[in-house]
Amino acid sequence: MTHAIEVRNLYREFQQRAGMAGERRSVRAVDGVTFSLSAGDVLGVVGESGCGKSTLARLIMGLLPPSSGEVLVDGRSLAGMDRRERARLIQPVFQDPFSSLNPRQRIRDIVGLPLAAQGALSSRLQADRVMEMLARVGISSEMAERRPAQLSGGQRQRVAIARALVLRPRIVVCDEPTSALDVSVQAQILNLLAELRRELGLTYLFISHNLAVVEHIATEVAVMYLGRIVEQAPVEDLFRTPAHPYTQALLASVLTPEPALGIPDVGLGDAYPDPANIPSGCRFHPRCPQAFDKCAQTMPDNIRQDGRLVECLLAVSPPAKREATPGLAPA
Amino acid sequence: MTNSAADPVLSVADLRVTFGERTEAVRGMSLSVARGETHCIVGESGCGKSVTSLAVMNLLPRGAARSAGHIRFHGRDLMGLSEREMARLRGDKIAMIFQEPMTSLNPAYTIGSQMAEVFERHRRAGRRAAMDRAAELLARVGVTAPGMRLGQYPHQLSGGLRQRVMIAMALMCDPELLIADEPTTALDVTVQAQILRLLQKLQQELGLALLLITHDLGVVARMAQRVSVMYAGQVVESGPAAAVFAAPTHPYTRGLLACIPVPGTVRRDEPLGSIPGMVPRIAPGFIGCGFRDRCGSAMPECAGAVPLRDAGGGHTHLCRLLPDATRAPGA
Repeated sequence: MTHAIEVRNLYREFQQRAGMAGERRSVRAVDGVTFSLSAGDVLGVVGESGCGKSTLARLIMGLLPPSSGEVLVDGRSLAGMDRRERARLIQPVFQDPFSSLNPRQRIRDIVGLPLAAQGALSSRLQADRVMEMLARVGISSEMAERRPAQLSGGQRQRVAIARALVLRPRIVVCDEPTSALDVSVQAQILNLLAELRRELGLTYLFISHNLAVVEHIATEVAVMYLGRIVEQAPVEDLFRTPAHPYTQALLASVLTPEPALGIPDVGLGDAYPDPANIPSGCRFHPRCPQAFDKCAQTMPDNIRQDGRLVECLLAVSPPAKREATPGLAPA
Repeated sequence: MTNSAADPVLSVADLRVTFGERTEAVRGMSLSVARGETHCIVGESGCGKSVTSLAVMNLLPRGAARSAGHIRFHGRDLMGLSEREMARLRGDKIAMIFQEPMTSLNPAYTIGSQMAEVFERHRRAGRRAAMDRAAELLARVGVTAPGMRLGQYPHQLSGGLRQRVMIAMALMCDPELLIADEPTTALDVTVQAQILRLLQKLQQELGLALLLITHDLGVVARMAQRVSVMYAGQVVESGPAAAVFAAPTHPYTRGLLACIPVPGTVRRDEPLGSIPGMVPRIAPGFIGCGFRDRCGSAMPECAGAVPLRDAGGGHTHLCRLLPDATRAPGA
């Protein structure tokens, strides 16, 4: 069976200098990521800044070449693919609709650009397609003549969505698409993205730091930590029974509007993960409230359990005296 | 319930801010913050919450004009102060933290020299003493290896670290009032929880009056003792956080709460609640309810003067609707 998108063992390293004259060091931003999605799936990718989620998005969009590994869309590798062809398969929606739209262009030209770059349609057909797409995302023909500065944040994000969808891509990579928006507008955009997915059979890679948003839109969730997916599961399973201690901490950090609960102590300590200095064994062990001696030596690699991926030693060999953590017991 | 108003650190009455003749950004805002109290201003972008804080600090951009019944800091009216007197208070007894630590830190100076400058200026301290103070505060806000961090530049730090630096910098001169404008909006959830816990802890230890400006109702619910919900330049609902979240009385507050996806309550394939339309631009002399174009309960009379209703216990709202009769007594 061909997947809509398949990511195989993707790696990406950056060279970084510490300070002006500091030592060069290499940073593994994406460190062996593998997943595949069927058409219509929405993979929510969550994790902290520096976990590699945006680098992963850029690798998948072809904005960065991978150090190794490959990305296949409909069974075809993106490596060496012509830019125009890639643009027909995969399109981005970025976080900030204030900087991702050219301020000098009119809305209809912004949305028409991907079509113009393909050069396959007459200008008349192109204009029709643009107006049709704009109408679909709720932008009036009158607004299409305006420039981005005359639109609100929510309207601009609608324009960015129209631009991404005007080529009818297979995959849409949404990198924090609602993070710059107000909650009432965020809800409108999430509802729109969900409708468009159903109507057009789109597959989303949905990157967000907001777990509540991911729970709302995703069918599958991948939790990234220091360049690796440390847990991946269908959305209901992941939220109901988070298996990885990091996932548990992430879920505990979500601030729901319940005044009595106060600010949670996520139990992670104050150490920040440093992608240039990845810990031995399990990369989460220095911050993990449930770590035991073996965690510093053995890397929990590719552990699968009940249809989910959990990179945690607790899932295979919990320490003798410890009782099984709720959620790890087979259902 | 007037004990919090007895000796407020900050008291603002009938603040108005206009941008020329076309926009009135703040329309008669009043609030007070007591020692050791967290007062949250919550609302969507453009509601006037940030402009309120800038007006208090007299940091409004060119072209903006403020007027107020009074803006008192420990009983002293800031409206009459010269720029020089105001500059003496800023960063000293009144400190501010902004949303974007990357843009509010100077990229060309080290963390240490930026932190030291505040102390040197207000306390006439030498560089050595100022650097010692900076290192002490970095350690206090949970930055490991503070000595090393002092020599680094902002771009070398993660977002969470930068925000810790901003908090440490704000505390350099032992402020009594801390105004934090979206201090955790750019951060990931676990880091947000840690930073908010830190703010809460420092506030309790130092007895700070904290004016916290945010768009995030989750943050408000978990941090605030008092909350003021702003819409189109006015406080549309205000009261003790517990009461406002238990029984929101203004249609806008209710609408906002319906927009938030809450983990565990997601109903798949059902759209989120959303508030149609956008925040209106309000010119000076605007009469009536600013929310009426988006409100499901709007009536013709909403175009006239809007009464301030009291639900008891210091819980008020600006709407023709009476407080919900079904509200549990004493809630």
